[in-house]
This record gives sequence, structure tokens and C-alpha cells, in this order.
Amino acid sequence: MTTLNSVKKSVKAVVTGVALVSSVLFASSASAGQEYISTLRGEVKLNQEEKAPVMAKVENEDIKRQRAYPMQPPTIPHKVDNYPVNKNANKCMSCHARDRAEESQAPMVSVTHYMNRDGNFLAEVSPRRYFCNQCHVVQLDTKPLVENEFQDVYQIIGEKK
Amino acid sequence: MNAIKKYLKVLNRPSVHYSLGFLTLGGFIAGIIFWGAFNTALEATNTETFCTGCHEMRDNVFQELKTTIHYTNRSGVRATCSDCHVPHNWTDKIARKMQASKEVWGKIFGTIDTREKFQEHRRRLAENEWRRLKANDSLECRNCHNFDFMDFTRQSKRAMEQHSTALASGEKTCIDCHKGIAHHLPDMKGVEGW
Repeated sequence: MTTLNSVKKSVKAVVTGVALVSSVLFASSASAGQEYISTLRGEVKLNQEEKAPVMAKVENEDIKRQRAYPMQPPTIPHKVDNYPVNKNANKCMSCHARDRAEESQAPMVSVTHYMNRDGNFLAEVSPRRYFCNQCHVVQLDTKPLVENEFQDVYQIIGEKK
Repeated sequence: MNAIKKYLKVLNRPSVHYSLGFLTLGGFIAGIIFWGAFNTALEATNTETFCTGCHEMRDNVFQELKTTIHYTNRSGVRATCSDCHVPHNWTDKIARKMQASKEVWGKIFGTIDTREKFQEHRRRLAENEWRRLKANDSLECRNCHNFDFMDFTRQSKRAMEQHSTALASGEKTCIDCHKGIAHHLPDMKGVEGW
């Protein structure tokens, strides 16, 4: 009788143990999944919406910024709110076009923008370069969301530290 | 028939039938009522609700205005249709209202009653407004944006440069540079500065 009882007890203990372990495992795997999701959308549950961050202001200092690499399209150092760049009008070209640069003292768009893909120079900006904000963007006065590990080419080749 | 004849007789020589005091006072009061009603009706045609009562305005230009700073901004000061498109002082306002009778014509005959028609006419309509603002030295802009009280130090460098030179000397007026600030632009081919 006593042996039967002890067997029963030990079986019970094993069953509870297995149940406990599996539940812990399950729970941890579930929480790992949640963490994975939360890295993408912040520390907010799936069925909740995060409070929108404050909108950052556009830098409007008109000071040219250094380019990170020689071929980088320069960023825009001023506001471009409601500047139309469409089939009808291109506000950027009001100042940056070849024939407007003298009056506006704005940098003329690079000569490559007047080239078609066969390398011929056109009188007007080439249609493939017409949509300025496809490459040129304003910069916001805010902290970057993720760390930037970009290294300047000079850092890589070890010159001009 | 007899009643009409009698009425005409009174109308023909009112001073025979009514006292001079009654006629003077009555005329004065009627004048006030007429003037009040006229002005109220005139003001009613200056409201945003009136302007957007027709789909031509509501579905085209009004939708475009909604995305601009003149419709919604940090301080809540707003410019609505009439602030830019109707002069504030009386004689110019009446002249503009008479011109607007052409717009009633356009409404009746559906000159711009589809989006396509509107876009077809957009350059002409825009040019009308540019011409008007150029001719009156951007009066409607200056009703709010007074040059004398502009603080250049609060402006961006580019704005300061243009305002303190071209605008200050009177060489340029607001509309010369600020086209398409409240509505989308038509095809700008051949427009100066574009």
C-alpha cells in the first residue's frame, strides 16, 4: 500500500514538473515573440496605438552642409513647404535653374542634371532629373531614431582624422 | 383697376397726399432699411459658405486651399476666399462684385462644371487674379501683411534678402514671387520667374 502510494506521489510530482516546465517554456517563447514585435513598433501592445512623437522642425538656416561622400545629392538647407514639383510647375527651378541663379544667388543645379542618358546636354533640366525631391531632401532638427555607423571615406583609408 | 390708378396718383404727387414730415422721415427710415439689407446681402456673398456653395469652388479651389497655411495654422488666424479675392474698400468691392456677374453667367452655362473643364480654364483664371493683384500692388495681401510692420530679423535669410531689396524698392510686389500659395498652379510655361 505504502509503495503504491509513493509511486502515485512520484508520478504526480513528475507530471506537475513537466507541466510547470512546459508552461514556463511556452511563456518564455511567447514573451520572446512579443519582444521581437515590440522592437519594431516601440513598447506598445499590438492592440494599442502609440502616441505620435512631436513633429520636428525643418532646418531653415540656408547653410550648406558637408556631403558624406562625393556623390551624395546635397541636402536642402531650407524649408520647402508647399513648393510644387509637378507636371505644371517646379518651384525649385525658380531659383536653382541656370538662368535664375544670378538673380537668386542660389547654387545652380549641377550640370549633370542637364544631361540626358546619352550624355548630351539639353537646354532644360533633363526629364529624368526633374523631380528634385526624389534625391534632395530637407533635414529635421531632431535626434536620429537609430544610431548611424556611417564612416567617412577618409576615416576608412585612415587619412585626415 | 381703380385701385391701381389711385395708387399711381398718390405715387405721382406724394406731397399732395402726405405731410412733408412723414415723407422725409419715412424716406430716411426706408433708406436705412434698404442700405442695411443691401450691405447684409453683400456681406452674405462674401462668406466661405456662400463661395463653397457651388461645387465648382468646393471641389476644386477650396480643397486646395485647405492644405495651405492660409486655411489652418498655429495661431488660428485665417484668410478665407473673400479676404484675397474681394477688395476691402467700398468702391473697389462694388466694382469687383459687378465683375462677378460674369461668374454667375459662367455658373449658369457650366463653363467650369467639370474637373476637366476647370483645368482647361485654370491658366486663364489664374492669370486674371495675377493681373488684378499685380495692378493693385497686391492690395489683398497687404490688408493683413503690412510691409511697414514686417520684422526682417524674424524672417529666414532668404526671405529677408528678397523683402528688404526687391519688395522694399517696389520693384516687385507680393504676387510676383508668391504665386500658387493658396491654390495649385496651372501649367507655368512662359510665366516670368518659372
